[in-house]
Amino acid sequence: MTLYALCFALFLVGLYGLLTKRDLIKIILSSGIMGYACNLMLVLFGYRRGGVYPILEPGREAAPMVDPLPQALVLTSIVIELGVTALLAALAIRLFQKYRTYDITKIRRLSG
Amino acid sequence: MTDKPAGMTLIIKTVCRLLVGLILLYGIYIILHGHLSPGGGFGGGVVLALGLLAVLLAYGREETLNWLRLGLLKDLEHASPLAFLLVGLAGVAWGGAFLANILSKGRLFALLSSGLILPLNVVIGLKVGLSLFLVVLAMAEFDLDKGAEE
Amino acid sequence: MPIETWLTFLLGFMILGSIVALEIKDILSSIVAIGVVGLAVSLAFLFLQAPDLAVVQFLFEIFALIILVRTFIRKDFHVMEKASSGRWIIGFTLIGLAAVFLLSLKVFRVLPPFGEPLMETSRYYLEHGAADTGAANIVAGIILDYRAFDTLGEVTVLLTAILGTLTVLRFRARDGKGGGR
Repeated sequence: MTLYALCFALFLVGLYGLLTKRDLIKIILSSGIMGYACNLMLVLFGYRRGGVYPILEPGREAAPMVDPLPQALVLTSIVIELGVTALLAALAIRLFQKYRTYDITKIRRLSG
Repeated sequence: MTDKPAGMTLIIKTVCRLLVGLILLYGIYIILHGHLSPGGGFGGGVVLALGLLAVLLAYGREETLNWLRLGLLKDLEHASPLAFLLVGLAGVAWGGAFLANILSKGRLFALLSSGLILPLNVVIGLKVGLSLFLVVLAMAEFDLDKGAEE
Repeated sequence: MPIETWLTFLLGFMILGSIVALEIKDILSSIVAIGVVGLAVSLAFLFLQAPDLAVVQFLFEIFALIILVRTFIRKDFHVMEKASSGRWIIGFTLIGLAAVFLLSLKVFRVLPPFGEPLMETSRYYLEHGAADTGAANIVAGIILDYRAFDTLGEVTVLLTAILGTLTVLRFRARDGKGGGR
């Protein structure tokens, strides 16, 4: 149970960064940290004590393997995280071009 | 990606020229063996993108754009999700359900086995690799000091 | 050493690394710290018997680092300007998050204990996976045969994100020697 609590604490560190930081780079890093915590927690749910990785080999048949279903879900999640990070970075660099700063309290005008 | 004479020194360019073929071959290997060993379409696609990125970093932006055919890459990247959908519709036509596994399943542990999984891995690898490389190329071409036009 | 010890050490290292990444003022150092946290996540995936995920996480982490360094590092802008927001906001946020953490400990007691998952659907996937799909890699068989529709959704989301990025950066295709822009 300590492992689940520590993973949730990692998620809360990311949430703290997202709520209080004022610089765009820190906000992007915080969303990355929250993504890591979610993926890790899903794979933690699927671990089986004494299990092996879910790939068959010619010498080894279906011994007690770990749960393959959370791994399939997390594979999709990791790929989408990268797409979202790329989109956030593109928006950040475009904002820098217009406002010459990364501070979100100075980026005020919404139109024009 | 720099303002000085673009690209890096001669040593890096020579090593990069020798290594790029091996990196692309490794990426194709990971994609094709996706149903037998870990990795699959996603991992192999990223290795392809990293191989092309090595060329972009070593030779600079202008020479790379002269060497690649950018229109072909963009068309391939936009056609990959369509290829995924076509494979799925082929499943409807011959199998009865969307993305049903219609090709023969072969022997276990052979390379040409497991039905529709192999073509889908190739399509996904192509899509992921080309998308990520185009994103980095767009960031390299972005001129920051052009001011806030329009 | 049992696996809980390894994983507890790795999780403590990750929490320390992410606090360092958020509080430090130099931008390059914080990006490197996030890279280290990502590599620790990849190691944890290896300990949890998931080699597919370890490979994919490691490679995508490197790509995210390259994109972030290109966006935020340039010659005349290396250190951030001033501190974060006011003291009241930080205090209230810390108290609120600590309360959420203490209340969540009750929930973790209800879950099945670590190491004994309820594998109801997965038992079917493990027993009949190789015979139904013909793939030796059961995870690849799940994402491309049993649940291929989810992979179609993921390809769509990735396509939308990449097209959004290319549009924001105003990318145009130039063929050959700079003609036709």
